[in-house]
Amino acid sequence: MTLKKIVRHLSLTMVSGASLLTKEVKTGYASDLLSDVIAHAQPDSLWVTLQTHVNIIAVAKLKDLAGIVIVNGRQPDEETKQKAQAEKIPLFLSKETAFQVSGKLYQLLNEGK
Amino acid sequence: MTRDDEFRQTFKIKGRDFSHAGGVSTEIKEILQEIGIPTQLIRRVAIASYEAEMNVVMYAQQGKLILSINPETIQIEVEDKGQGIKDIELAMQEGYSTATEEMREMGFGAGMGLPNIKKNSHVFLITSTPGVGTYLKMIFYLDHEKAS
Ligand SMILES: Nc1ncnc2c1ncn2[C@@H]1O[C@H](COP(=O)(O)OP(=O)(O)OP(=O)(O)O)[C@@H](O)[C@H]1O
Ligand SMILES: [Mg+2]
Repeated sequence: MTLKKIVRHLSLTMVSGASLLTKEVKTGYASDLLSDVIAHAQPDSLWVTLQTHVNIIAVAKLKDLAGIVIVNGRQPDEETKQKAQAEKIPLFLSKETAFQVSGKLYQLLNEGK
Repeated sequence: MTRDDEFRQTFKIKGRDFSHAGGVSTEIKEILQEIGIPTQLIRRVAIASYEAEMNVVMYAQQGKLILSINPETIQIEVEDKGQGIKDIELAMQEGYSTATEEMREMGFGAGMGLPNIKKNSHVFLITSTPGVGTYLKMIFYLDHEKAS
């Protein structure tokens, strides 16, 4: 499923990645521990997290993730926004919790099958 | 010892520099992609090098990573000047971490780094002198047969 469709269905706010909305999302991964994401996230996953620090961009890049959704209405650091744009990592915000975002994403991805 | 058919590159890692952390591992991944290393192996190397790089950033003043590639193996050595590790066996346990509150807030400190380096490399060696520094060596075999 494309990022574009997910952004629309989950009403995500876009911080970066306007030119990358045709990217395919294969699955999702929800975690706030960077070592866990590094070890277990699959490529082309949409990563659901409450982490806002710039390190999340390096993790997403290294793991070939499809993008990041920051939940709970949290705001990313300015440095994070800039790096997301520079590294072309799609970054989105949601006011909902990780549980809500992951649940909706799970359902959406499975419907699309 | 350097062989004729070996590629070697050294990267500097700065302690405490969380903003650029992960950059060396990304560079290594790009090099491996360029020379056509199989994707599955690149993933293993990326996990191990990221965790080793982050440990230097978190627990050392400075360090360097040496990447060596020859037709049989990819080798990564990481050497740092820092606090070192008193009890390596304890540090290797999953869940053990001395990360500060500040590091945990950024998502570090799961105590998974060293165990994951061990899991993802085919050969793993670690030595450390408290108050001086730590040395890590990981080897990845390109020939899958030797890996098992
Ligand atoms: N290069 C190093 N220098 C000094 N101490 C280290 C070094 N690497 C690891 N350690 C010690 O070993 C512990 C375990 O390391 P490990 O990478 O497994 O977990 P962590 O770094 O605490 O958390 P995570 O890697 O999951 O973010 C660390 O908390 C630290 O005390
Ligand atoms: Mg670590």
